Amino acid sequence: MNSSATSAGPARRGRSELWNWVGVAPFLLFALLFLVLPTMQIVIGSFRTPSGDFTLANIAGLFTPQVMKPFWLSIRISLLTAFFGCLVGLCLAAAVTRGGLPRAFRDGTLTFSGVASNFAGVPLAFAFIATLGRLGLVTVLLRDWFGVNLAAMGFNLISFSGLAITYLYFQIPLMILIITPALDGLKPEWREAAQSLGANGGQYWRMVALPVLWPSLLGTFALLFANAFGAVATAMALTGSSLSIVPIILFAQIRGDVLGDPHLGYAIAFGMIVLTGIANLIYIVLRTRAERWLK
Amino acid sequence: MIRSAKLWSWIAVILGALYFFLPLIGMFEFSLRARRGVYSFDAYANVLSDPQFRATFTFSLVMSLVTIALGILIVTPTAFWVRLRLPHLRPAIEFITLLPLVIPPIVIVFGYIRLYNTSSWLPLTGSIMGTNVLLAFGYTVLSLPYMYRAVDTGLRTIDVRTLTEAAQSLGASWFTIITQIILPNVLVAVLSGAFLTFAIVIGEYVLAALLNRPAFGPYMVWMGGNKAYEPAALAVIAFAITWGCMGLIQLVTGLQKHTRVAR
Repeated sequence: MNSSATSAGPARRGRSELWNWVGVAPFLLFALLFLVLPTMQIVIGSFRTPSGDFTLANIAGLFTPQVMKPFWLSIRISLLTAFFGCLVGLCLAAAVTRGGLPRAFRDGTLTFSGVASNFAGVPLAFAFIATLGRLGLVTVLLRDWFGVNLAAMGFNLISFSGLAITYLYFQIPLMILIITPALDGLKPEWREAAQSLGANGGQYWRMVALPVLWPSLLGTFALLFANAFGAVATAMALTGSSLSIVPIILFAQIRGDVLGDPHLGYAIAFGMIVLTGIANLIYIVLRTRAERWLK
Repeated sequence: MIRSAKLWSWIAVILGALYFFLPLIGMFEFSLRARRGVYSFDAYANVLSDPQFRATFTFSLVMSLVTIALGILIVTPTAFWVRLRLPHLRPAIEFITLLPLVIPPIVIVFGYIRLYNTSSWLPLTGSIMGTNVLLAFGYTVLSLPYMYRAVDTGLRTIDVRTLTEAAQSLGASWFTIITQIILPNVLVAVLSGAFLTFAIVIGEYVLAALLNRPAFGPYMVWMGGNKAYEPAALAVIAFAITWGCMGLIQLVTGLQKHTRVAR
């Protein structure tokens, strides 16, 4: 086999074409067996009755209050943490890239973001329990030093807001990692041009920087939404099963059929794929649009 | 205008530092509280001497090494081959490698359980070994986006075609080309992908829990429900591992810059 195959005759080319596919066959087989087929199993299963006939009843089952409630809860927590993740992440990234702080801040923030965005799951939940839980460091310090009783103020870590605060720990760093290159793409000339036309800092951001960053911001928002929507371990370790978000319901369903209908489990999983799929599609489309400005 | 921007930047960075460092300080402080009245490393001693800790950590350690090996075996030849012979297939392959970011892991493992159960054509979940194999492939799927992107970026910096033709004209086989020419040239990229894979696999919970394997992630959750201070110690250990992996990635990437001639 050599690389002059392209100049050989048609028969040779046919064989070489086949040989080309042999090279990616292990990968395709792997992807088929452990990624595509399992997902297809879920998608097809959500349109089937237990006896194998076609049905839309499972999908209709998604729109019952019993299933809609967890979906709505998951959507709300994902929207909320994606929004604040974007907002705070943008502020922090802007501060360390354009705020005139020492260069070390920028490098340190990016390195830390790389770690923090991967520090999700069970240990993250433990860290927040040790900090904002009933006996956590911050809870105790606020009580002993400032006389502020978080619990009496209605704060509970094992709740919607507690979970949101915890999720932000990996949402904000992910935003910083994605948006920093976009901020670097803002050309200094644009700011100078705006200033020479009499714009102040707020006007520059509102009328120049944000419109340019808009596709990146919206795209990252969609990515953060999907990121929060699929997270299971953090919520599981933080709240046990007291907060019924979709992944926890699905987890319980897989473990032991809490809903009493195995095919409704397929439909819930299918619903998750649809939502994270749409969010990722938005991200990909908007990222390609955003790249126009970053040349 | 510049001065007020600087002031706001300082405020943002200080607030951000508070939010990000307090939980780290909190978990460390909490992990030292095991002995009444004084700070001690008792929680760490308890964890490290727990046979369950050793067993589950070893299991996850072996799992992550198997995953890394599988990832290198599957990803490197594919990325190389696609660059050399099937460039028109690159968008499709890239799309497949990004799918694990789109489909939540819990959905993927749900599919495994239904597809490879004891009454199916490939009853992987019927035996312990089969389930371990399934878990390793599942982890390889989870690490696919990172591994593929790392290796593909590594391949972009070398001239794959010229290197391959040079090796072929000297009579090298495909095996030799991949192991002796391509792999050493993208070693830094492969290592980066490997460390990231390690950080993901070592504490992974959902796949291991639903496939009923005694991994480190389910052990941590169990500890969280049964002990007070040991979970914080485990969190500190897990954070140190994550930090170590990211540090190693920076280290190998930095080393590469020094060994490469500036072009």
